[in-house]
Amino acid sequence: MAQDGIGASVRRKEDFRFLIGRGLYTDDIKRPGQTHAYILRSNQAHAELRKVDTEAAKRMPGVLAVFVGTDMEADKVGGLPCGWLIKNKDGSPMKEPPHPPLAIGRVRHVGDPVAVVVAETREQAKDAAERIEVDYKPLPAVASIAAAIKPGAPQIWDVAPGNTCYDWHIGDKAAVDAVFAKAHHVAKIDLYNNRLVPNAMEPRAAIGEYDAASGDYTLYTTSQNPHVIRLLMGAFVLHLPEHKLRVYAPDVGGGFGSKIYHYAEEAIVTWAAPKVGRPIKWTAERSESFMSDAHGRDHLTHAEMALDKDGKFLALRVATNANMGAYLSTFASCIPTYLYATLLAGVYTTPIVYCEVRAVFTNTVPVDAYRGAGRPEATFLLERLVDIAARDMKMDPVAIRRKNFIAATAFPYQTPVALQYDSGNYQATLDQALKAADWAGFEGRRAEAKKRGKLRGIGVSTYIEACGIAPSNVAGALGARAGLFEAAEVRVHPTGSVTVFTGSHSHGQGHETTFSQLVADQLGIPFDNVEIVHGDTAKIPFGMGTYGSRSLAVGGTALVKAVDKIIAKGKKIAAHMLEASEADIEFKDGKFTVAGTDRSKAFGEIALSAYIPHNYPLDQLEPGLDETAFYDPKNFTFPAGCHICELEIDPQTGTTHIAKFTAVDDVGRVINPMIVEGQVQGGVGQGIGQALLENCVYDKDGQLVTGSMLDYCMPRADDLPSIGVATHATLCAHNPLGVKGCGEVGAIGSPPAVINAVVDALRDYGVKHMDMPATPMKVWQTIRAASPKQAAE
Amino acid sequence: MPQVSMTVNGKAVSATVEGRTLLVQLLREQLGLTGTHVGCDTSQCGACVVHVDGKSVKSCTMLAVQANGAAVATIEGLATNGKLHPMQEAFRDNHGLQCGFCTPGMVMSALDLVKHNANPSETQVREWLEGNLCRCTGYHNIVKSIQAGAAAMRGAGR
Repeated sequence: MAQDGIGASVRRKEDFRFLIGRGLYTDDIKRPGQTHAYILRSNQAHAELRKVDTEAAKRMPGVLAVFVGTDMEADKVGGLPCGWLIKNKDGSPMKEPPHPPLAIGRVRHVGDPVAVVVAETREQAKDAAERIEVDYKPLPAVASIAAAIKPGAPQIWDVAPGNTCYDWHIGDKAAVDAVFAKAHHVAKIDLYNNRLVPNAMEPRAAIGEYDAASGDYTLYTTSQNPHVIRLLMGAFVLHLPEHKLRVYAPDVGGGFGSKIYHYAEEAIVTWAAPKVGRPIKWTAERSESFMSDAHGRDHLTHAEMALDKDGKFLALRVATNANMGAYLSTFASCIPTYLYATLLAGVYTTPIVYCEVRAVFTNTVPVDAYRGAGRPEATFLLERLVDIAARDMKMDPVAIRRKNFIAATAFPYQTPVALQYDSGNYQATLDQALKAADWAGFEGRRAEAKKRGKLRGIGVSTYIEACGIAPSNVAGALGARAGLFEAAEVRVHPTGSVTVFTGSHSHGQGHETTFSQLVADQLGIPFDNVEIVHGDTAKIPFGMGTYGSRSLAVGGTALVKAVDKIIAKGKKIAAHMLEASEADIEFKDGKFTVAGTDRSKAFGEIALSAYIPHNYPLDQLEPGLDETAFYDPKNFTFPAGCHICELEIDPQTGTTHIAKFTAVDDVGRVINPMIVEGQVQGGVGQGIGQALLENCVYDKDGQLVTGSMLDYCMPRADDLPSIGVATHATLCAHNPLGVKGCGEVGAIGSPPAVINAVVDALRDYGVKHMDMPATPMKVWQTIRAASPKQAAE
Repeated sequence: MPQVSMTVNGKAVSATVEGRTLLVQLLREQLGLTGTHVGCDTSQCGACVVHVDGKSVKSCTMLAVQANGAAVATIEGLATNGKLHPMQEAFRDNHGLQCGFCTPGMVMSALDLVKHNANPSETQVREWLEGNLCRCTGYHNIVKSIQAGAAAMRGAGR
């Protein structure tokens, strides 16, 4: 292994600029003549917009323009589109209400954009926005799933009776019911998977610019996928041809899903730029992020598992209501369906599964993918249900998992919910985690904690997830309105250094390092001779960007394919130069060699020859060494693993302290272990946040109660433990690198491990389940409720 | 409009600001020092931490006029001649950053910690970082970085 090749913990290339304060985030960009936009947002959850009077605002100092929804409507601006069509049980399409960038006629959640003020400075725009008079006629609001599905509930959309977006299912209900009817035992759970606010540290921002001389538009934006934004905004919203629209997402300060979607502000600043005649910048304040970034999770679920007398899983039956918020965000509809129900077999041999999902509109911010997207919700319910089943049947939680695992020899394994797992070894990750966590020694630690008056618990979760979504044609058949391939261009320069243009986008993942390692390794050139370019549609080939842990599995594979083309062409050039047959040329360690001889040409010599083609087969081969490849994945990849949480609860205060967290994940081949560990630790941090701290709360009238970082409990350094991470690789069977993806495993595997541990710690109090987050108040109240005598003392 | 003068990273600067202009706005928008970031509006996240007269300060919570006459240090002033400060180097060595957005605030906050406590324990680092949020790392490697940076600074006698 080269010291900076595949498998080495190479220090990151991107760190230098970030560490000296020279990263370039969207808000750092200052365009000549730049103006500033401020968006006036609804303070009402649900109201008729009777009048929006902007006259006084227009007269305020520094104000250049004020626009409302009807101004955009007059220009025939389209609504923000949804990228996935889900069909109802009866085959009819889901309900897709319009989503204008600025509200028209009615506002449907707190934060819904009502007007935009453009001024010389941000403060002037903000001051002027206070002079806009909005005449709201308040309407009754529904702020939760429970309120939205009640008979007679206020209706958010005329086109969506019962506030239902769709009513979808997967599996054979009658067959599942028949199994349940004969089951030895049925384990049950009712749970609410708490609503989360992604809170990437960089607030969203956008700069719209128009060049009147060329007719070119540029959008600088905080996006995980600039080409997707260009396509959606260009083709569906603003009707701008793609060749006249450049979308550039420079350094992006974290995404976690929330920067996948096409947001109103991107369309607003791009549309308004030619009207104002100057570039327009908008940057969210954090409170705006809370009320305008797509939220995550928010499922209300009842699930049941049928078991035989030995604890074998016979069937699973799940009914979920999923909150969509007030509008359909870009990928909202596919999260609680194809990224959720299809994962419900987990790592188990459960032969039959039925899941029905009703997607519900509420007067809340749209809900979409957030780190894990559907798989954390599936994993939480399944891994809680498995623990409940074990307890019901007086079985050990590890033993019941082992009994039901898919065997390491059973791959490829066809699940009853559409997916085919290609590889894995769930026994191995479990064993490794049990050992690292010293599971066997737990009872001793519990007894010791008890002496100190603490309740100690341990919890395990054995999860699976699906990354690198596609193939495109399969996704298309299921309703996807986009392709799911990735693209890469490898441009070899005359002196042998390389620039890679990738459709993947890095917003913390370290692609500039990992992809450089990959290319350096494959071409046998120095790591520092490789430059990675991403984020700018004017430079990179059409690619789908980064989400669903797809960058290496899909983007990396496109890169390998482009490198393969470079090597194939290099062999032809080498054959000519070495006067040998192409079939006899071998490429290894950066050298093209005639097999069995010491005659060779270095990679740099071949590159030079390609651009100075004097001794070159010009009659057979084009000059140049620059190749592009597109890769459409053959299947999902299936990272899996085991997370174990050990914690202590102080019964006096209800405070939970995590004593030890152990993660053993199978993410396939690891290119850079340091980066993989960092990804898993970050994911676990967010998972522990969901389990113990974070909760997005609306009051019954639809006001966002947790609308700032003062109110929404973000995990801080002293809330989280040191996070022990290890990997155990089985290779992905269908991509050349054998990689699976590591971005989301942490957030998927950890929440049930934490809650299983909380429930274990509280086992003497008769606690069977606790919804997330297990806050001190909730834990304390649970303990008090269970021990009334103690409380009275 | 008020006129302010101060040194920023050792250089004398003066600017005309509004009374309401925040120190972070002066740094980012008028002086072009965009390494200091704004991540929230409630003084919670610490992405904007700089040093004012040697103390770590959230520059989103201080008016530019309050810094009149002060010595301000930002992330841009740490590296010398392209060579990272030992604390910056420790962050790179220990993968203490991912998206990089919280990083300048983390580094500036860490330097103030080391000033108070040259050899902080893991618990002390975690408690000190109460006012700095990171969404990427789970803090694990930030804590490691700061301890390693502190050790390097002890070794270098800084």
